[in-house]
Amino acid sequence: MKRGGMTNRQRTRIARVALWIGLLIGAAFAGLPVLWMLSSSLKTNVDMFASPPHLIPPTITFDAYTSILTDPEKLRFFANSIIVGILVTALTLVVASLGAYGLSRWEFRGKSILRVFIISVQAVPPITLLIPFFGLVVALGLYNSYQGLILTYLVFTLPYAIVMMTAYFDTVPRELDESIKVDGGSAWTALWRVIMPVSVPGLASVAIYTFVLSWNEYLFALTLTQTNDMRTVPVGIQLFMGQLSYQWNEIMAMSVLGSIPVLALFLFLQRYFLGGLTSGSVKG
Amino acid sequence: MALQPLAVPSPQRPKSPLRGRLEPYLYVLPATLLIASLMVVPITIVVRYSLLEESVTVDGAPFAGLSNYFAVLSDTEFQQSVANTLVFVVVSVLAHLLIGLGFASMLNSPLLHRVPLAIFRGIFLLPWVFTAAVVAVLWRLLLDPDGVINFLLTTVGLPGDTAWLGDTATALGAVTFMNIWAGYPFFMVSMLAGMQTISPTLMEAARVDGAGVIRRFWSVTLPQMRGVIVSMTLLDMIWTSQQFALIWIATGGGPLSSTSVLSTYTYKLAFSSYEFSEAAASAVLVLLISLVLAVLYVRHDRKAQR
Repeated sequence: MKRGGMTNRQRTRIARVALWIGLLIGAAFAGLPVLWMLSSSLKTNVDMFASPPHLIPPTITFDAYTSILTDPEKLRFFANSIIVGILVTALTLVVASLGAYGLSRWEFRGKSILRVFIISVQAVPPITLLIPFFGLVVALGLYNSYQGLILTYLVFTLPYAIVMMTAYFDTVPRELDESIKVDGGSAWTALWRVIMPVSVPGLASVAIYTFVLSWNEYLFALTLTQTNDMRTVPVGIQLFMGQLSYQWNEIMAMSVLGSIPVLALFLFLQRYFLGGLTSGSVKG
Repeated sequence: MALQPLAVPSPQRPKSPLRGRLEPYLYVLPATLLIASLMVVPITIVVRYSLLEESVTVDGAPFAGLSNYFAVLSDTEFQQSVANTLVFVVVSVLAHLLIGLGFASMLNSPLLHRVPLAIFRGIFLLPWVFTAAVVAVLWRLLLDPDGVINFLLTTVGLPGDTAWLGDTATALGAVTFMNIWAGYPFFMVSMLAGMQTISPTLMEAARVDGAGVIRRFWSVTLPQMRGVIVSMTLLDMIWTSQQFALIWIATGGGPLSSTSVLSTYTYKLAFSSYEFSEAAASAVLVLLISLVLAVLYVRHDRKAQR
């Protein structure tokens, strides 16, 4: 099959070269800013705006990292983010699994309304909830506390988690529940003994989604906390920017450190990571 | 034990019929209570605030009718924020779609071995890992007047002294670009997943019929992916119109509200000017816009599932 005087093999070769060029341009677009962040975190501030700029720092220093990792105030940002993230994830998994179990295994009056409700609340913009939440959290005495943040994040994680877990439980054969009931166990035992153990992949996806959402949240963390000992990583990074706008190496080091948890989840649990984030959107 | 017939009910059974009927409600109760109290109550409160004069700051504030809405709608900064949000959303979503489709088709190519493609996939996904705060400070460094982007522009003979985020002419373009960089990977992953569901025999048939790469993309890939593309576009519009952190940290809505979008405008009204009633009115308007998009999404989703 010839066209334009080229053999098939020549055409494939040209296509392959074009593909490589496209892939390399894409990699530069995606990757160079990240490399620059890494490189800037290892520079001295004197070299930060050197002309011409250096991708590889002329003097490599870990000072920025040491200064963050030895500063209790900054370590506290990380501790706060981790505490809030873990508690939100644990609560989301339990509450969403119970709800999903109810939706997956029973037919009951009001079920379809409940489903529509859970799906539609996901469209409520955070900024709309911010003002009333601020009032509520202050009124409940939860301003500037972990509880205030955790309660807030549950609103954003639960709807998605319930939708995901219901879909997952629907794929677990009902014969498994029946086998427990035949042995005299209740639906409650069936959930914890059989359904949860076989649903670990689904739970992992939901856990990752929840933790990442909580780790990344900025708007409510900014508004519902006041003192630095309650701030989370994203707010900490921004505060850094305001206070020391010239300490670029520390800002970049903080950015690198603040991205490690999500990067680690992404690298080691990529299957669950992608599963959790895309299953809602891909339909034929 | 082995002789026990299966039909004999076990000791815990039979349950009372009432408990059996109540059981599903007990399971969905915690989630329903949490979502309802933390979603329905706040929405009621914000609507109420928006109808009062000086809510929050004054107890027993008088009813103000729709005057807060009129005040917001006639505010030129609000109008500019609507226009900015439209530009930000339309350009971001279009770019996400184009880059997502382009990168996904390259990653789905049969011309290269799986290993290099997996490596490129990892690199293409990188921006996804970073939270908006990190994206904002990173691009503030890159786009600094003395930064590396301006240096690269001078090496190709372009003017290299633009303060991208500090100039009213370029700031909106710059934050939109940042959002494009940060947001395309999610689109790409969904497109890639969609492409992988297209049957290879269909592609092969098109190839045998003499369709080239571009023709196959237009006549096979795109029509097959219509559903994913429409869902992702609507979802991305919802998310992008709600973007706050990226713009707030990169520019704070400035300079001179040139990057002010609906979320930063509402936030500033509430927490910089303490105009809680007007901010509530603005927040309700944002809710209405999101609901329109959400209804479109749900309708499309229903159709796709049928």
